[in-house]
Amino acid sequence: MNTRLYGYMVEFAHPDPLVEACRKVRDEGFQKWDAHTPFPVHGMDSAMGIRGTRLPWLVLGGGLSGLGLGLLMIWWMNGIDYPFVISGKPLFALESAAPVTFELTVLLSALTVFFGMWGLNGMPKLYHPLFRSERFRRVTNDRFFIVVEATDPKFHVDRTPAFLESLEGCVAIEAIEDPVDEPETAGKVG
Amino acid sequence: MAITFDDADDRLDNTSDDPTQTTPLVLGGHDLTSVTDTVCGIVETPKPPRAWYIAITFTSVLTLVLFGMITWLIVRGVGVWGLNNPVGWGWAIVNFVFWVGIGHAGTLISAILFLLRQKWRTSINRFAEAMTIFAVICAGLFPAIHVGRIWVVYWLFPIPNYQAMWPNFRSPLLWDVFAVGTYATVSLLFWYTGMVPDIASLRDRAKSRTRQIVYGILALGWRGSHRHWHRYEKAYLLLAGLATPLVLSVHSVVSFDFAVSQVPGWHTTIFPPYFVAGAIFSGFAMVGTLMVPARAWFGLKEFVTLHHLENMNKIILATGSMVGFAYATEFFIAWYGGNPNEAFAFVNRAFGPYAWAYWIMVTCNVVTPQLFWIKKIRTTPWIMWILYVFVNIGMWFERFVITVTSLSRDFLPSSWDYYAPTTIDILTFLGSFGLFFTLVLLFIRFLPMLAMAEIKTVMPIAHVSGESSPVGDYHGDIERPTKTKGDSEETGR
Repeated sequence: MNTRLYGYMVEFAHPDPLVEACRKVRDEGFQKWDAHTPFPVHGMDSAMGIRGTRLPWLVLGGGLSGLGLGLLMIWWMNGIDYPFVISGKPLFALESAAPVTFELTVLLSALTVFFGMWGLNGMPKLYHPLFRSERFRRVTNDRFFIVVEATDPKFHVDRTPAFLESLEGCVAIEAIEDPVDEPETAGKVG
Repeated sequence: MAITFDDADDRLDNTSDDPTQTTPLVLGGHDLTSVTDTVCGIVETPKPPRAWYIAITFTSVLTLVLFGMITWLIVRGVGVWGLNNPVGWGWAIVNFVFWVGIGHAGTLISAILFLLRQKWRTSINRFAEAMTIFAVICAGLFPAIHVGRIWVVYWLFPIPNYQAMWPNFRSPLLWDVFAVGTYATVSLLFWYTGMVPDIASLRDRAKSRTRQIVYGILALGWRGSHRHWHRYEKAYLLLAGLATPLVLSVHSVVSFDFAVSQVPGWHTTIFPPYFVAGAIFSGFAMVGTLMVPARAWFGLKEFVTLHHLENMNKIILATGSMVGFAYATEFFIAWYGGNPNEAFAFVNRAFGPYAWAYWIMVTCNVVTPQLFWIKKIRTTPWIMWILYVFVNIGMWFERFVITVTSLSRDFLPSSWDYYAPTTIDILTFLGSFGLFFTLVLLFIRFLPMLAMAEIKTVMPIAHVSGESSPVGDYHGDIERPTKTKGDSEETGR
């Protein structure tokens, strides 16, 4: 089985140097890199240069859909398609429609949060090259990692690992290899 | 593992009322590794304590009793219950309101306390959220089986059917379907989302193939990426923001089942806030009922500290006082409102044929929580556990008193009747406890009981220099002098 270099991973034992190291990696101009932590470390967003997510806008859309569709459904079902008078109440009124409309707004918003967040995170993704590393298993326990991918335009096969190893507080470095299933395509015309 | 209510090791007292002292939320000098080891260890031990086996045997039998009773009900019809002509709503509705109310504490802890930045919630939120879901499952059961012809229960939902008929959206009973349905869904999403990073911990530590596959799938491939954490935290905040109005709406809608009708004793505007306060009151009592033994049996006293229990007791004291005040207000308005039917309904509650139930309710719900003014009671686990049981009993009787007393003495004296449950009623209710506790026991055995990733964020190690301090309780985001923090870290074994 052939393998291909996925990237280099450096390990930290404490969040403090990790945040500092992230600033350095960011300033080095890397694009395809990430930090992996057992819990959300504060101050990492700015240290990594992560911009805001568009998730809230998706959720606003989900909520407004719930609001609109809920009202439309109640109005059409009780007011148009199956009208019946009960206790002399109007066939459709905003007041009596409010509870169900509210619940549907919340329901569709929450479903959008859930599926939107996992979708934007590219999950479920049950396989990832990092899972091949025994060391990486402590990421959900007590260790902190920075991974720079080999496909990054700034990646250099010698200089990048040297740079990562020079980061203060780094306790270990590991090359992550990813197996490639298909045989080398020799005569591929590029 | 010793099974005991002994409080000898509760001497790690972090319940100081001195406002200049930082209260550490995790005692016992834990670091990140030991948090993971302790919480995952409960799930990974090859054999749970013997008490677990005894308990699940007992609760499984009760669950079978529940299923047996439901089968009997479906075969014979609702006549097997003690319902009679004026009292068309009996234990099924009482049990529904009781269980759905219990669920509210979980959402309060996970959503409202999150928005209020009450960091002590991290030790109890997972457990309380699980309890919410199991309570809502028990709650949903009763309206589903009380419809009589259970095979057409889908008429409750706006699903096209052969009669070309749609449900009546002007009825509070239908609002209930949507409120409880949404509540169950959102609670499940919230609970699962919060649990994914912790399931990933179990996955990464799993030794057997089965565990690796099952936890691997449930963890969705979580790898702690900060780009993921970033969206995850935003999603968590959004879910908390959505769950907060939701939880207030659910018991309000449940109270509309009563308040929108014209029955004296039900037709009151105080019902929504009074029901919500009662729901949180009863829910915290149930969280405590489960948490006090669980923290002792599974060695979690350093995470669920006396400080956590004391905070919960303070919430019980506050909501219990609101409930007591609501009882008084109801009586006052019944007199002040000048409506003879309303006045009769309340005098009948306190001195009529169900006076015994009314006074059980008042004793348990008004007197019991007031004992939590005493610090000794607030911080002694075995005493508070007994009080929790009383609150649970009292809150069930509250729903019984509301539902049954008003119906049994309606507008027409010739139709008055006394309602009493049958054995089937009683066994169905006891069976629902079997289902609830079976689910709780399975949860304890197979899923992380404490939110590890969240607990780690409130520990001193999570403090990154130059960032605002996430350590300590109350106003944890305000920078503290480092000296105080260092002192608190040394509080330990």
